[in-house]
Amino acid sequence: MLIQEELAAAFHPSNPCIVSFATRWLWLVPAVPMLASGVIALLKQPRRKPAAALAIGSLGFSLLVSLVAFAHVLSGWMHHEAVRETLSFSWIQVGAAHVELGWVLDPLAAVMMVMVSFVGLLIFIYSVGYMAHDENFTRFFCFLSLFAGAMLGVVIANSLLLLFMCWELVGLTSYLLIGFWYHKPSAAAAAKKAFLTTRVGDIFFLLGMVWLFAQTGTLLFYNYGAGSMEPLALGGLLASPAGLGLSAAGAIGLLIFAGAAGKSGQLPLHVWLPDAMEGPTPVSALIHAATMVAAGVYLIARVYPLMQAGALAGGTTTALTVVTWVGASTALFAALIAVGQNDIKRILAYSTVSQLGYMMAGLGMGGVAVGMFHLITHAFFKALLFMGAGSVIHGCHEEQDVRHMGGLRTAMPVTFVTYAVGMLALSGFPLLFSGFWSKDGILEAAQHWSVAKGPFYMLVFGAILTAFYMTRQVSYVFFGNWRGHGKAHESPAVMTAPLAILAFFAVALGFIGTPAWPWFRAFLNGQAAGLDLARFQEPGLLPLMASSSLAVLVGLGLGWWLYGNKQSRAEEPDVLERAARPVWMGLHGKFFVDELYGATVIAFYAWWARVADWLDRRVWGGAVAGVALLFRGWAHLNRLLDIHWVDGGFDKSCEELASGGGLLARVQNGRVQGYLRLLALGIVILAMILIWSSRG
Amino acid sequence: MNGIPVLTLLTVLPVAGAMVALAAGKHARAVALVTTLAGLVLALMVWAQLPADGSIGLVERAAWAPSLGMEYHLGVDGLGALMLVLSAIVTLMSVDAAHHAHRQPNLYFCLVLLLEAGLFGSFTALNFFHWFLFWELSLIPAFFLIKLWGGPKRGPAATQFFVYTMAGSVALLLAFLAVFLSTGSMDFGQLTAMAQSGALEQAVNAHLGPVMMWLALGVLAGFAVKIPIMPFHTWLPAAYSEAPSPVTMLLTGAMSKMGVYGLLRIAVPLFGHQLAQIRTPLLTLAVVTVVMGAWAAAAQTDLKRVFAYSSVNHLGYCVLGIFALAVPATGAAVQASQAAALNGVILQMFNHGITAGALFWFIAMLQERSGGQRGIDDFGGLRKPAPVMAGLMGIVLFSSLGLPGLNGFVGEFLIFRGVFPLSWVAASVSILGLLVTAAVILTVIQKVFSGPVPDRWASFPDMHGGERLAIAPVIGLMLLLGLLPQVVVQNINPTVVNLLAHWRF
Repeated sequence: MLIQEELAAAFHPSNPCIVSFATRWLWLVPAVPMLASGVIALLKQPRRKPAAALAIGSLGFSLLVSLVAFAHVLSGWMHHEAVRETLSFSWIQVGAAHVELGWVLDPLAAVMMVMVSFVGLLIFIYSVGYMAHDENFTRFFCFLSLFAGAMLGVVIANSLLLLFMCWELVGLTSYLLIGFWYHKPSAAAAAKKAFLTTRVGDIFFLLGMVWLFAQTGTLLFYNYGAGSMEPLALGGLLASPAGLGLSAAGAIGLLIFAGAAGKSGQLPLHVWLPDAMEGPTPVSALIHAATMVAAGVYLIARVYPLMQAGALAGGTTTALTVVTWVGASTALFAALIAVGQNDIKRILAYSTVSQLGYMMAGLGMGGVAVGMFHLITHAFFKALLFMGAGSVIHGCHEEQDVRHMGGLRTAMPVTFVTYAVGMLALSGFPLLFSGFWSKDGILEAAQHWSVAKGPFYMLVFGAILTAFYMTRQVSYVFFGNWRGHGKAHESPAVMTAPLAILAFFAVALGFIGTPAWPWFRAFLNGQAAGLDLARFQEPGLLPLMASSSLAVLVGLGLGWWLYGNKQSRAEEPDVLERAARPVWMGLHGKFFVDELYGATVIAFYAWWARVADWLDRRVWGGAVAGVALLFRGWAHLNRLLDIHWVDGGFDKSCEELASGGGLLARVQNGRVQGYLRLLALGIVILAMILIWSSRG
Repeated sequence: MNGIPVLTLLTVLPVAGAMVALAAGKHARAVALVTTLAGLVLALMVWAQLPADGSIGLVERAAWAPSLGMEYHLGVDGLGALMLVLSAIVTLMSVDAAHHAHRQPNLYFCLVLLLEAGLFGSFTALNFFHWFLFWELSLIPAFFLIKLWGGPKRGPAATQFFVYTMAGSVALLLAFLAVFLSTGSMDFGQLTAMAQSGALEQAVNAHLGPVMMWLALGVLAGFAVKIPIMPFHTWLPAAYSEAPSPVTMLLTGAMSKMGVYGLLRIAVPLFGHQLAQIRTPLLTLAVVTVVMGAWAAAAQTDLKRVFAYSSVNHLGYCVLGIFALAVPATGAAVQASQAAALNGVILQMFNHGITAGALFWFIAMLQERSGGQRGIDDFGGLRKPAPVMAGLMGIVLFSSLGLPGLNGFVGEFLIFRGVFPLSWVAASVSILGLLVTAAVILTVIQKVFSGPVPDRWASFPDMHGGERLAIAPVIGLMLLLGLLPQVVVQNINPTVVNLLAHWRF
């Protein structure tokens, strides 16, 4: 793991006057899809072809610009120059300070940008087929484009504020797309749950952000030495204590991590992600597997200098320790739940939660490159799996329960082959598949982690479970006999072609991150990378690879032994259910976290709302009524005086004013008179004073 | 434009319009539209002519009764001018929204225009007597608008609104009379300078004894009712829900800002030192307003009451920002936070004005189409028959929720940026309000627009061309302020710097 000083040394702040062509036009990457979304929104509905063409064309354009930017960073890297170019501008000026926004082009952004626009483009194309018969096709592409733009905005942001703004927009589109089939109450509820659960994290994120802003005076990440992720600002943050033994850097890091945990479905905020599967399947693939949910991981990678501030070589920080433990716990917890699910998309959703935990743990223990490599490989194979699942659902006439499938390998051969590739990549099948290498990187970091060994064992156990639940799912879906209704059919080419492309990458991406040629890591860290097979002989590496391979094989074997060709009827209870019912109930019931939250947080919310209402009606309203009563008495007193003193006309008009009826009106009627009289009294006093002072 | 008394013209214009409207019979709405449009143009001209240094500009002075401290003294800085623009926009929106034939439209629009005049007058006056006159005068048309055109419980609602606000005003008036007695001045600028140098407190102590804190409380009471700050808000839910929706737009969009404006123009400049002394209880009230306002909204079933409480919550952020900056400490870091908070407060005033105005506009449309229904459970699945309405109202709802990219976010971000370093506890507790507000707003969307469509709403009419055209500029403004807030901040920030330089805590 590189410590921050080394990284800072690798990326020299270059001359602000020289900004490359690629950086200058980088804003087009998010702006064009957003613009397309706006245009689609204004199209007269329904306009299917123009909408799809605009969305796909704009994202294709973003992909092109991303590739140009990537090529620029790559060529810099090949000339042994770590590129980090920023372009910033003042957004608003408050007091003497400027709130700045801007974008950054560095290896991290470049890699992520290409991944998001490429995977996004494939999913857009797939959606043309998947959503072909939906009546709101046009609006779907409007939201999808807005999502792509906002997500790319998160990626290129050089300002925590800009990142946060795009982050919230991404959350909005996620909300809109989960609830896309708004006529289904379950979809509307899931959308709301997703938005609110992530917002719980976001309010901490917001606090962290304003704190960082107040402390460092800037929200830019990099600004030629004056950014908040650069040594000067970090030094200041480390020097100011925040209580509980944390420095401001640590506290802010933890607050930002809370935001990341919400978005990336980490414990205890993971509950929204499985429900998000109510959205159309392309949405699940794009937003809730490949890109948006990974934004939390990306955020931590982006603010890594802050998370790592104060760590000595080989050491760690409180913030990173928390990230690691949360990540490892999530990885294991969600993998366990995935074993007990029957909905094809929910299995994948819990798998996503679990894999996001791996990424977080990788970031916490191994650094940016380790976590990010798994993010990238996962994006490809999980998008592949979701789109494969979509193809299956499509082929099985909208059936999502794996027990009502079976034997699909003959009916859907392309889907089967590509799905198998994705499944092996996710399971981390040795050597050939990308998931093996990226997961191995995390396990290796966990093995060397100086703080504790717990995460290592949790992650290895998680790896066994991953292989197990995926084998279970594939056995249910593609093997055994057909248990569904109707006749399953293969999906059209517009859907299967993207599957094939993703399957290719699910294999190929592994080779840029092997220990022999750790190109990905070197590229992100701005170091040179060469092919060197001797690195396999590093102490401990081969045994680790062997044991993680063993874990995968155990999982696969166990899964096949229990589920392979076993299920004959859909109604049969699960093998696990027959073997150990209480365990199965726990797994199947998702450890009852939703029920727990329902009984605590949600109940508190409703109860407190009633308290607020009761306070309003009874306590504060009651006090007002009491005062009113008091004044009513006083008004009566005055009335006695009035009869002898003031013309009754005034009273009469007042009564007409408030002749609305009801007891309350009569109560307050008295108050009107009282106050009007008081006002009159005030004016009289004022006049007297004026006369008095003008004399003086 | 030199020599033309624009501010006087601006205040006289709606009065003249009101007279014409009264005589115009059925054409009153057209008269009102023209007048409010002209008012908006004038207000924008004022906005464009502000002095660059943030000081008071477009000053008009005339002797009135100098020996009595009364003077005709008008002028605006960025704060005042922004409130003029806001009042003009909200009144225009309100007139636009009230397109269905009312009983006696001539009287209705006459009162609306008089209310606008009251708003203009109170946002331009720089002499207490003059200001108080407009502050009180604006109440009268509001009272009659609720009383004569309101819902079934309009009588009690109007009375409670009137009496409660009046009670606050009496406290305010008495406190200010004491100030006048001690200093012989009613001029805001003069009194601010005295407060800054400490002469005000000396004068009051010399004349009346150590009552400065009581005076501060009296002044606060007036504004606490108007804004309102909890627990002085009990008039609000009834008034907002019983008033016809276009009138509610005026109440929440513009009139509530008179209270916040008063805090900034009178309470803080004159009594900043006293506010700093009782800062903790005041911050507690602000936090309660934010959090309990949001939560009370969550308990409501009437859409108008939901957004009435939501308004309390949103204005709570303004109050939070103002009370948080009352710290005696100086130093660059504190000043930066104060500047951020105050910019945020002023932006929030404007943003809440147009967003809440637009929200009640949409409620007016819902009521119009459903025969007056406005319960949160009365609708369902409306996105299907009325997709445009769902989309546009969705934008406004998300603006209220504080979604970045729309106007609401910027002010709230700056307020939290400013408040957090000044009082991290208050910031951390009141940030809960953001979460609860989100829950409230998403529940409204869920219940009104999602789910299956009940048969009776199967042919719920969507927004027609005229309505879309009318609301489009408002939504454009929300986007503009969300994406490029500098267009407004460039005029506010100099004023903020200027105000802070004259305040003593």
